[in-house]
Amino acid sequence: MRYSGFKVIKEALTGHKGWKPAWRDPEPKAQYDVVVIGGGGHGLATAHYLAKVYGQRNVAVIEKGWIGGGNVGRNTTIIRSNYLLDGNEPFYEFSLKLWEGLEQDLNYNAMVSQRGIINLIHSDAQRDAFTRRGNAMILNGADAELLDAEQVRKEYPYLNFNDARFPIKGGLMQRRGGTVRHDAVAWGYARSADSHGVDIIQNCEVTGFRIEDGKCLGVETSKGFIGAGKVGCAVAGNSGRVMGMADIRLPIESHVLQAFVSEGLKPVLPGVITFGAGHFYVSQSDKGGLVFGGDIDGYNTYAQRGNLPVVEDVCEGGMALMPMIGRARLLRMWGGIMDMSMDGSPIIDRTPVEGLYFNGGWCYGGFKATPASGYCFAHLLARNEPHPTATAYRLDRFRTGRMIDEKGAGNQPNLH
Amino acid sequence: MIIDHPLLGPRDSSEFVYLGDASLIDRPDWQAENAAEAFYDYAYLRDNPAGEHRELWFHESGDRSWLVVTRNTMTHEISKVELARDVARAQGRSK
Ligand SMILES: Cc1cc2nc3c(=O)[nH]c(=O)nc-3n(C[C@H](O)[C@H](O)[C@H](O)COP(=O)(O)OP(=O)(O)OC[C@H]3O[C@@H](n4cnc5c(N)ncnc54)[C@H](O)[C@@H]3O)c2cc1C
Repeated sequence: MRYSGFKVIKEALTGHKGWKPAWRDPEPKAQYDVVVIGGGGHGLATAHYLAKVYGQRNVAVIEKGWIGGGNVGRNTTIIRSNYLLDGNEPFYEFSLKLWEGLEQDLNYNAMVSQRGIINLIHSDAQRDAFTRRGNAMILNGADAELLDAEQVRKEYPYLNFNDARFPIKGGLMQRRGGTVRHDAVAWGYARSADSHGVDIIQNCEVTGFRIEDGKCLGVETSKGFIGAGKVGCAVAGNSGRVMGMADIRLPIESHVLQAFVSEGLKPVLPGVITFGAGHFYVSQSDKGGLVFGGDIDGYNTYAQRGNLPVVEDVCEGGMALMPMIGRARLLRMWGGIMDMSMDGSPIIDRTPVEGLYFNGGWCYGGFKATPASGYCFAHLLARNEPHPTATAYRLDRFRTGRMIDEKGAGNQPNLH
Repeated sequence: MIIDHPLLGPRDSSEFVYLGDASLIDRPDWQAENAAEAFYDYAYLRDNPAGEHRELWFHESGDRSWLVVTRNTMTHEISKVELARDVARAQGRSK
């Protein structure tokens, strides 16, 4: 069923009796060409592009809970392509371009809103670093603008410009960045994949792999064995646990990231802003809530909740940047489990087990990557070779010294 | 989280800095045949378990000792806290 304005009017006039579930709820078949583990944004996007772009329709997505219950439904919805390094920037710019055409591609309103993102500058050194980053972005075909303090003030007059310690000196603006309705991304990809014949199997946990002579033949699940020509693993925060079942140790630690939403307020924040002196970022949802967050808690965890010291730290960041935020009441807070890699960059690659492929290490920035991650993982699964924009995301780059470390923080996941 | 420091008693975890898996105490022998492989494993690969995890915490805003904390990564429950120095010595490292 295609969605359209015409369809909405027709349904309104006929008592809304013609809407159908957006995807089926099938029982798993005995064998698929490709099984994708994980019904988050990345797994569902992979299935969509496998079916639509690469013509692979005998595909299943296997999700232990309900689709969209993981990080894709927990993130702060920011999309951008403001990276510095060659291994990253073409990939994220590819992703941003896919976001720009996503709703037409999926026939689904994902509320893609290119409201702009500003990384604030507080010192001369930071201006130099952001100027360099902006140039790297432009060289890779992305957009970037260096704003001075007055230009930032025009859009955000209430920020704490004259703070003695962290005065705001300007910002690096990417106008094509913004936010997207995160749940709608999962649902839109699911609906499209399903309409191309992909089976989305919920409430089905992968509990092991069947591996013979170094080749993966399928997955053991809570609904029995499911055979597969190829298996792609896209389980984000659970990467260590799932790949551990294939005896593969990863350059990844699982950490919790928290997010916060205030009560609904009148429109006050036109775009996304990030504080450059601490770790704090904020935007306003279309319902009016201020959506904000900061650092990860910093210790290994699989519990989808964090602790109070980080709550305090995030709120201090908010008060330092935007003192009026102190008048808003907090409505909700929650946590999601991040697959923090050793260089802060992701992995999309084959594994030492034939027929088993891995997608993970997205850290706290994998939502913006969803379309490109799905596209590139589908390319890898269909062609057995990396997509041109994802050639640097090798699993063995830590062995060969080809790290992609945007922050230059080294092999310490909680510093990325 | 409250870490029950063996010398100082219960302290808030925000006084500490987290490093990672306690296996980082076992630095490989740089002269061994397989040193390159062993250092790759040591520096980059992690078990990352869901459940009990032995990990290194540094009491930066306190007595600056390193601790080995045994903590459940599913519940955040801490079951054991040792001085890293004692753990390393028991493993035959240093004097
Ligand atoms: C608080 C927070 C804020 C964030 N903010 C941003 C942001 O502003 N911008 C941005 O770009 N990124 C952000 N991120 C990161 C982003 O959300 C993630 O990197 C991304 O969603 C991960 O990919 P995914 O959607 O596929 O993951 P998930 O939605 O977590 O999907 C993985 C799925 O695998 C399933 N699974 C796990 N184990 C098994 C198993 N054994 N069998 C079957 N299924 C299994 C899980 O149930 C889950 O549904 C944020 C994350 C959090 C938590």
